[in-house]
Amino acid sequence: MAGQSWLLRTYHRSASPRWFFEGSRAWMIGLYVVGALCILVGSTWGLGFVPPERYQGDSFRILFVHVPAASLAQSIYIALAIAGLVYLVWRLKMADMFIQAAAPIGMIVTAAALATGIVWGMPTWGTGWVWDARTVSTLVLLLLFFGLLALRQAIGHPERAALATSLLAVVGVVNIPVIKYSVEWFATLHQPASIEIGERPAIAPIYLWPLACNALGYYCFVAGAILAALRRIIVERESTTAWVRDWLRGRQS
Amino acid sequence: MSEFMAMGGHGAYVWGAYAASLLALIIIGAAPLLALRRTVRRLRQRLDEDEA
Repeated sequence: MAGQSWLLRTYHRSASPRWFFEGSRAWMIGLYVVGALCILVGSTWGLGFVPPERYQGDSFRILFVHVPAASLAQSIYIALAIAGLVYLVWRLKMADMFIQAAAPIGMIVTAAALATGIVWGMPTWGTGWVWDARTVSTLVLLLLFFGLLALRQAIGHPERAALATSLLAVVGVVNIPVIKYSVEWFATLHQPASIEIGERPAIAPIYLWPLACNALGYYCFVAGAILAALRRIIVERESTTAWVRDWLRGRQS
Repeated sequence: MSEFMAMGGHGAYVWGAYAASLLALIIIGAAPLLALRRTVRRLRQRLDEDEA
């Protein structure tokens, strides 16, 4: 094992619910705290300490909550699809638990992206909703998250539910490039991305910083929430094992 | 202060979007923690009953 990298070792260990459960509490608390602080700072900054945008006036401030939610929603789905693939190939229990933990959270994040988009559309597009590629593909993302929840609920057999949700998670990933390129392939009111990896951002630096702060906050906070949800699922599913029983005994009720 | 709240006439949209986001974040943050507490309490109770 000496030759194994730290990363590989962590990967192998993370397949163990017990190891994950014991190590994740500190991470959960840290991510919640850092996330909440970053969101507080980023939102205050974006609302009160940057000048209004030239064309949109103050309504552009919705950017600081819309973009992190929209970006995070897609990232969560990609993570779900990877977990689905891992489950299909290796039948890793933790991968299935991750899908169960993250799907409802992804659904609410997507709902937040859509809601802020609708509210932003009203003053800037003159309409809250248009049936175009970006909005519809994001709506499909919401339905995919919902589908993952519903599918698990509908299938009583845990292993069959795990298989079905993993498969749906993997298949649904075709929607991600559609969301990403919808603003370039199709005629749409939605503006193309202002920030691309490896390119100079087409957004003024004074606006970039509060946005980056909020985005970091959203990712951390939601990662903390996913850890909390995972911890619940682990305790629930492993409740008959000796180590969970020992852990439960050690807690004051 | 009222100028800040008005957001150049877009106050309803800006504050509406932030309120919706805050609500979503509160649900996302609190729901798993509450569920964890509920689950632990239930399992702990069952364990006590099993051992009694």
